[in-house]
Amino acid sequence: MSFVPRLFFQTVLFAILQIWTNKVRSVLTCLGIIIGVWAIAAVIAFMGGLQGFVMNEVDAFGAKKVFIMPHRPDELDGKVSWRDVRMNAEDTEALRKYAKSLTHVTIVAERGMPVRSAEVSKQSVAVTGIQPDWHDIEKNFPLAGRPILNADDEEALPVVVINDLAVDELRLPNDGVGEFVYIKNRRFLVIGVIKSKDIKISNDRVESKCYIPYSTFSRMSRWQWPYIIAEMKSADNSEETRAEVASVLRRARDLRPAWPNTFRIQFVQEFLDVIKNLGAGLTLAAGVLVGIALLVGGIGIMNIMLVSVSERTREIGLRKAVGANPMVILLQFLIEAIILCMSGGAIGLVFAQVTTIAMQELPRKMGDKMPVDLSAAEIPMWAIFLSFGFSASVGVVFGMWPAIKAARLDPIEALRHE
Amino acid sequence: MTIEVRDLRKIYRMGVERIHALDGVDLSIERGEFVAIMGASGSGKSTIMNILGCLDKPTSGEYILNGKPTHKMGAIELARVRNEQIGFVFQTFELLPRATALRNVQLPLQYSRRRFFGSRRMAKRALERVGLADRMSHRSSQMSGGQRQRVAVARALVNRPAILLADEPTGNLDSTTTHEIIALFTELHEEGQTIIIVTHEEEVAGHAQRIVRLCDGLIMSDFPTNEDPIHTAFVQQAASMASARARREPAGRPMLGPTRTHESQEAAQ
Repeated sequence: MSFVPRLFFQTVLFAILQIWTNKVRSVLTCLGIIIGVWAIAAVIAFMGGLQGFVMNEVDAFGAKKVFIMPHRPDELDGKVSWRDVRMNAEDTEALRKYAKSLTHVTIVAERGMPVRSAEVSKQSVAVTGIQPDWHDIEKNFPLAGRPILNADDEEALPVVVINDLAVDELRLPNDGVGEFVYIKNRRFLVIGVIKSKDIKISNDRVESKCYIPYSTFSRMSRWQWPYIIAEMKSADNSEETRAEVASVLRRARDLRPAWPNTFRIQFVQEFLDVIKNLGAGLTLAAGVLVGIALLVGGIGIMNIMLVSVSERTREIGLRKAVGANPMVILLQFLIEAIILCMSGGAIGLVFAQVTTIAMQELPRKMGDKMPVDLSAAEIPMWAIFLSFGFSASVGVVFGMWPAIKAARLDPIEALRHE
Repeated sequence: MTIEVRDLRKIYRMGVERIHALDGVDLSIERGEFVAIMGASGSGKSTIMNILGCLDKPTSGEYILNGKPTHKMGAIELARVRNEQIGFVFQTFELLPRATALRNVQLPLQYSRRRFFGSRRMAKRALERVGLADRMSHRSSQMSGGQRQRVAVARALVNRPAILLADEPTGNLDSTTTHEIIALFTELHEEGQTIIIVTHEEEVAGHAQRIVRLCDGLIMSDFPTNEDPIHTAFVQQAASMASARARREPAGRPMLGPTRTHESQEAAQ
């Protein structure tokens, strides 16, 4: 082994020995680093888990969805009534025909209505008027029976698709297809049964639901407030889609050029951006806290290294007298500080890993009480390197001064030190 | 010529005052010599020791060690010289208390560029040389003063230095162990080791070949031991005191002293 690597190896070994000799002191010294690394790794894991959860939910909800809501700007007060800005079948027709960036369009209106079957009568069940595209957008096709088709909508037929919960609640025999239910005392034929979806980020509750053709719905409910759900070709070009949808709808509604839009366009993607910004904000806040923890930890390290230098002044003097040059002494103390910090980092990472496992396991233990599912939480490789990098640089920054102090000691003075 | 010192000066500043610790010292020491440096405290003997040991640099003057001018060297070169050319023995031993004797002796080899393989073997050999073959794995905190100082001597010798410097090596030892250490130095000298020892004990200095006396930063006298007037006077006085005591208590323990012991050994033979 040549001189430099050998010396390095010996120095590292010696530093580990030195830390091991003062175990309790070393651990206490590292506390700041441990907490800092623990926090940073746990927050990164948490954010990863949250993002994974949100992505998953958004995927289930449909990342390519566009919502078009009626809206009456204040300038049009008196010129346009609320009734005029409501979404209607002509709007969807126009969008379907002219908005090439949309693949599917449906109008949606929802109301609670009394529903009864042969056995059960319910005061209020969520009844939704939809068009056939709804199935494509929600990716929710009947498990049994058939979906709502164009013919149903055109003829305003009394047919209904219900979800599996409704089959149970209304105590329909078999899978429910082919049975009759009464909505607002009108007889509807159950043509299909769909699965109820539990998506936590939407405010849809998991309950019994009936889906009927929109044209049928609009005849049954005089007062309604429909909106449009569409699906984009690709989730990326939301700005083009916004422009196209706006121009198509403005023409369909025959708005004057000076008038603002009488609708609002919202993208799921935007919601995602909000989540991402929130994540960035959280990470930043955590970063500041971690920075403070590391600073405090670093000062602790510096303090203990200064103590160590003054405790070992005679030893330093001796080492110099037998031929250790200043660089070697500097390296010795610097490496000790770095190893101290990195051990702190390693302990912090172990704690963070335990925390991450707890995050993953918690929803399983708590079941539905947990609002989010963090099973995707994990400490990524780059975070491990980042943590070690951080703790090592804390060691370098805060170990440098004590190490320089040790290296500069005059051997004669040092040997005289009590 | 192992050591060549010319017009060596060292000036310390204490506030506005300038203290001339060394005020123009000329000294040359040959290979294989055993020199004792003596002097009252403040005479500059520690200062010259530190400079000879390359721990300190002179304010002016030349110090040539083995043909190399050390007064021109930087800190890193000086560290290397200390490691390879100089063996230090301190009054307070300066061993690492938690390390074993072997580890302590290996310490200079840790910083040596010359050897690595066999550093353990070399340390063992040095410990055997000082008669501690059976104490290698003892911690220095478990050893007596004499043993500790012998470990320190082994450490000083392990890298085969050109000169062995000892600063009051017997200052913290009782008379018996002083004897052991001095005997060890004498043996090393007989093997050809150049030794320079700083002491204020005439008995210890008596074992050297040559005594250099310093006073106020200048060499006051420089004689071979048996020609040194102060030492000769000391020996005579010690002899007369011993004989006086021998008359009073004939069966008494012989008084410690270099000349006396020497004579009594001869007498025994």
